[in-house]
Amino acid sequence: MGNELLAVRSLRAAAEDKEILKGLDLTIAPGEIHVIMGPNGAGKSTLAAVLMGSPKYTVTDGTILFRGKDLLEQPVSQRAKNGLFLSFQNPVEVPGISMENFIRSALDQRSEDKVRPWVFHKEVQRVLKALDMDESYAERDLNVGFSGGEKKKAEILQLLLLKPTLAILDETDSGLDVDAVQTVSRGIEEFRKDKDAALLIITHNAAILSALHVDRVHVLVDGHIAAEGGPELIGEIERSGFAAYEGDQA
Amino acid sequence: MNKEKTNVADVDRSFYDFRYADDSWKVKSGLTPEIVAQISEEKHDPDWMREFRLKSLEIFERTEMPDWGPSIEGLDMDNIVTYVRPNAERMNTRWEDVPTDIKDTFRRLGIPQAEREGLAGVGAQYDSELVYHNIRKEVAELGVVYTDIESALHGEYGDMIREHFMKLVPPTDHKFAALHGAVWSGGSFVYVPPHVKVEIPLQSYFRLNAPGAGQFEHTLIIVDEGADLHFIEGCSAPKYNVANLHAGCVELFVGRNARLRYSTIENWSKNMYNLNTKRAKVEEGGRIEWVSGSFGSHVSYLYPMSVLDGEGARSEFTGVTFAGAGQNLDTGCKVLHNAPNTSSYVNTRSISKDGGASTFRSAVVITPRAKGSKAAVSCQSLMIDDISRSDTIPAMDVRTSEANVGHEARIGRISDDAVFYLMSRGISEEEARALIVSGFAENVSKELPLEYAVEMNNLIRIEMKGAIG
Repeated sequence: MGNELLAVRSLRAAAEDKEILKGLDLTIAPGEIHVIMGPNGAGKSTLAAVLMGSPKYTVTDGTILFRGKDLLEQPVSQRAKNGLFLSFQNPVEVPGISMENFIRSALDQRSEDKVRPWVFHKEVQRVLKALDMDESYAERDLNVGFSGGEKKKAEILQLLLLKPTLAILDETDSGLDVDAVQTVSRGIEEFRKDKDAALLIITHNAAILSALHVDRVHVLVDGHIAAEGGPELIGEIERSGFAAYEGDQA
Repeated sequence: MNKEKTNVADVDRSFYDFRYADDSWKVKSGLTPEIVAQISEEKHDPDWMREFRLKSLEIFERTEMPDWGPSIEGLDMDNIVTYVRPNAERMNTRWEDVPTDIKDTFRRLGIPQAEREGLAGVGAQYDSELVYHNIRKEVAELGVVYTDIESALHGEYGDMIREHFMKLVPPTDHKFAALHGAVWSGGSFVYVPPHVKVEIPLQSYFRLNAPGAGQFEHTLIIVDEGADLHFIEGCSAPKYNVANLHAGCVELFVGRNARLRYSTIENWSKNMYNLNTKRAKVEEGGRIEWVSGSFGSHVSYLYPMSVLDGEGARSEFTGVTFAGAGQNLDTGCKVLHNAPNTSSYVNTRSISKDGGASTFRSAVVITPRAKGSKAAVSCQSLMIDDISRSDTIPAMDVRTSEANVGHEARIGRISDDAVFYLMSRGISEEEARALIVSGFAENVSKELPLEYAVEMNNLIRIEMKGAIG
């Protein structure tokens, strides 16, 4: 205790009447990289959504402390202001508001000081460049007409500009071409320049993990953590899949 | 949160009638030729105008009330004379009497006190008078006439006005056009000579502020061949008027290869019946662009019409309508394609919340002569909650097979997914909803000069906050 960034205890959550998370524990310290792997339908994305506060899910039991405060009591926007970030699997298209203006409004709401548009504009340009993304992203309507890969890159852009303390990447690397995977990796690298920046990576494949120093791997099966271990677990799962852990369930 | 409310939820007559209390002036029911003649005299009308008014009154008397739109039963037609001739006592409204919601909106829009008083009709014009004069001087050097219509009637443009006045919207058009013809007062006259491009938008905002004015104002704009003008009517500050009827009339004449953009952001106080008529006639190769934002009033009937009368004439209509509690806004547009190869594009958004009703009504007519013409109508509606209403009534009357017409309509809601997404970046729920609605109305805001776009977005934010407070 004491040095925990995130502490999830006995978390149970349901969508409508169907229980999806069935007593889940997870602890992340500042600066750590955690990976969640698991078969489809195990509840990985549900965990991400519940942490962020999606109205689609009801938490029925358990506690979540984030930076020492009860996360479940906070509205979604407060969770974000306190340093939580979710990179969405399917980012929503919002017409009529540009990416740059949107991120600036989000930052504006965080502190008393107004973000200076010109200073911010330069910062956006810098990050776009670091991610090897086209300048036009800043002016385009938020995610509107973006391809799947562009949306994921745009999530990483937001991550770098909002500078959270814990970023949850919900399958940010899935379905991307090599180029986009590189952008995402470069983004994570940039994000990790802050030593206290922690990551919770939900993924199906090990490609983006190879360059990272993973602290802990959690295998999520049927709504709870079925196994935990160091980065060696990633290789194991790549070789043998989840059958062994699912077997435990029966 | 209560202080953030801007809406008068219901039309509570007593709320607006308080200043009638010590009114000893007895009202004759209905308008009489004597009253109209007297108005004409006070305005020093030329003879033709005096006759025009009296003729319009006759038409008014024999014309039925419209029965096809939102209810206007709350409009007290027996006391119509009180709208036309507010007595001196009542004209003398005091700042303290202006409803708090309107004062609050002024404050949050950042409008200076002097202008607030002007807009509320309780003060004279202050700085804006000066701005207006400077603009007049600047455009006068280009040969542009920009003046109030009454004084223009007597000057060298008197004949031009006579030639155009209510020719596009004749008093026989409907009952309130007839009423307008009889009692019109105030408004703008603009004439842009051939091939003159006016770089700065002209704004009626600078000269509306005489107490009680703006109920029956007449706007007449003539843009001659190859000329170019942007005219902006109103502003997003609520306009407060003693009486609750607005029956203005806008007539726009767009010459060959000329272009006129006519932008309006209207925010009448929420007890107002806004029965306004706007029409443009476009000659060969000319272009009319309507940009229209309707936020205020209790009931609106507003359908700016484009008459495309010359080959290749074009019309674009971009509109947004926001109906909140107690509002029934029936808006849209009409296009008459009356020449070959004309084209029109209609793009509207309507928003309804807190039980407000918003109806999009359009009529596109393509006559047999209008071969090779194109018309596209796109309307989208956003309902903020389950108690609000949104209707779409598009009509198309195509009399030639050689025309290309298209229509699309969509009704949507603010998706929970979108709100969650925006909130996940640290934006409050209230702000997230306001952002989504502002984004939805972007078709209009992106067409407005920056300061108007900012005002409009502020206005949406204020209206949206009312929804949650």
